[in-house]
Amino acid sequence: MSNPIPAEARAAPRVSPLYDPRIRAAAYQILLLLAVGLAAWAAVGNAAENLRNARVASGFGFLGNTAGFDVNQTLIPFAAANSTYGTAFLVGLTNTLMVAVIGIVLATLLGFTVGVARLSPNWIVARLAGVYVETLRNIPLLLQLLFWYVAVLASLPAARDSYAFGSSVFLNQRGLYVPRPMLAADAWAIPAAFGLGLAAALAFAARARREQARSGRRLPVWSVGIGLVAGLPLAAWGVLALSGAAPLSFEVPVKGTFNLRGGMQLYPEFVALVLGLTVYTAAFIAEVVRSGIQAVSRGQSEAARALGLKPGPTLRLVVIPQAMRVIVPPLTSQYLNLTKNSSLAVAIGYPDLVQVFMGTVLNQTGQAVEVVAITMAVYLTISLLTAFVMNVYNRRVALVER
Amino acid sequence: MRKTVAALALGLGASLLAGAAQAQATLTSIKQKGYIACGSNPGLAGFGVPDAQGRWAGLDVDFCRALSAAIFNDAGKVRFIPLSAKDRFTALQSGEVDILSRNTTWSMSRDTTLGLDFPAINFYDGQGFMVKKKLGVTSAKQLEGASVCTQQGTTTELNLADYFRANKLKYEVVAFASADETFKAYDSGRCDAFTTDASGLYAERLRASAPDDNIVLPEIISKEPLGPAVRQGDAQWSDVVRWTHYAMLNAEEAGITQGNADQMLKTSDNPDVKRILGTEGKYGADLGLTGDWAYRIIKLVGNYGEVFEKNVGQGSPLKIQRGLNALWSKGGLQYGPPIR
Repeated sequence: MSNPIPAEARAAPRVSPLYDPRIRAAAYQILLLLAVGLAAWAAVGNAAENLRNARVASGFGFLGNTAGFDVNQTLIPFAAANSTYGTAFLVGLTNTLMVAVIGIVLATLLGFTVGVARLSPNWIVARLAGVYVETLRNIPLLLQLLFWYVAVLASLPAARDSYAFGSSVFLNQRGLYVPRPMLAADAWAIPAAFGLGLAAALAFAARARREQARSGRRLPVWSVGIGLVAGLPLAAWGVLALSGAAPLSFEVPVKGTFNLRGGMQLYPEFVALVLGLTVYTAAFIAEVVRSGIQAVSRGQSEAARALGLKPGPTLRLVVIPQAMRVIVPPLTSQYLNLTKNSSLAVAIGYPDLVQVFMGTVLNQTGQAVEVVAITMAVYLTISLLTAFVMNVYNRRVALVER
Repeated sequence: MRKTVAALALGLGASLLAGAAQAQATLTSIKQKGYIACGSNPGLAGFGVPDAQGRWAGLDVDFCRALSAAIFNDAGKVRFIPLSAKDRFTALQSGEVDILSRNTTWSMSRDTTLGLDFPAINFYDGQGFMVKKKLGVTSAKQLEGASVCTQQGTTTELNLADYFRANKLKYEVVAFASADETFKAYDSGRCDAFTTDASGLYAERLRASAPDDNIVLPEIISKEPLGPAVRQGDAQWSDVVRWTHYAMLNAEEAGITQGNADQMLKTSDNPDVKRILGTEGKYGADLGLTGDWAYRIIKLVGNYGEVFEKNVGQGSPLKIQRGLNALWSKGGLQYGPPIR
């Protein structure tokens, strides 16, 4: 510090704000934002005015109007007499979410299986998996949906000549009919016992992990866990059954004039959509999984084998955890694709959001701008939520530098 | 930023959509571009269907040809734009078509909330059911528990719900986006019954894998006044459409046909006939057309009765009776106000 810089020289040189790069940058940002905002405002205002001039009803009031049409597959109560367009929207939304969730779970299971099979040392298994992937991901999804719906499911026998499995399960071109479980009033004890068993099993597993880390001793996690998860509900059942009425009965489908009545029905539109989405997306997931596994250096599995690990544990404990880092980001895209592709339901009459809301509701109300805007917002929200959840998971499996 | 861009794109898209609806007067723009953009049914025998050569045929299609004849003295200056039930109103609102002539039911909510006008009714219809003969069903009241295929976005879908509710019958609706998918699903056995306007039932039955295995039930469960629709707020174009239909009715009533129009033009002393054919008065000019507008329609397309019989009546495979669509003077509802 022999030659200190004078204080006035260290201070930033006095520049006119007009030439200050930071102020300029901020000003440009604000200007751009204003321009975009103004354009959006003008466009929305213009659309509203034009709709008014064309005497087309606008606004979101229609959501409270009585719908007046029926939907055959609903997760929430819906009746033409008193349900509103808003409820119809929820019917479509829940149907879309159901297909997306079931499709994602099944596609993940199938995709991982095929992806691993494609790397199998067994030549036939590897080739079959290869053929599966190359065929299914190269045929347009719409064609596959139509194939399942028109060629496969529609060629099942008519309702009067259903295939019967035993006396209570029926399959025909109107779908799969299975008995509907009817819970007695005090049957809540069974799911409660199941939940309790599950919680206890998880707690035991956590304890076993700590015990193994501390002493190296392994506790019998699987047998205790299964005992808790299956045993507690069975015990509850037994207590209920001994105390009186059967806690669980089944409503069996019976043949009516046209259709089977009673029981639970899995509609062909739903089955075709889930099958199509699952089988198609699984082909892509299989490739994602294969690339993820192949991205793990061979040295890793060789080292595991050198330590004496069998192939199963090698895959499970060494390869997959490292592969997940590569797999998760593209897997997220596949989940998003599946969700968005579920809108192809419109081609086979499954009442998803697009079919019910952008189809029937749009047409009965004529409010295209509002309905399309809501639908777009919904898909955007679902996709962003899925991406958010997967990003959280990705942060957990990502490589942690130590 | 992503949200702003989405909002902007949405707003822009919406304003483009609505911007087109604010074009100049429809008749002027049709004359300028040299053709009528006619929203037609993608394939309903008797009303709007392209044949093997791609030539459109049908009652609704011929209505657009009649407009073309009146405006251009040429029945061929029409571009047919096939529209599904689901897409039809948006296409008309956005200006993609000048007129929707595809068996569309006139209802109050469509008239008041969609920004549309229904200038005329060119076919009085009602909704019915078709079932497979082997079910042994003879009345719609026996359809308790049945699956019914219908097309979404139609008045049919609403009437169906009303009918089963009013009669306290349970049913399962299976709705499809296009008429084609709907009928195929019924034909393949997905549904027990197929429902649409009665005229449509007869037309679709022709396409069944075995037409004679299907019967149409006797119940008519609704009123379906079908007619052309135009955008609201263009009174001149509305008038042209309305009077084109009435000219065809009046021609039938006065006995003017495609075959005798020329002769009637020269020889008739009947003042009604002379006003229709434009040799007396200047009614066409007041409409924004030429004096011989109605003569052109009759000469190039035909009167209402001729067009009806050719497309859906005895001259067609549908063999639909005139019924409600007979002239008022013959016990029907078709009534053309006087041209004078």
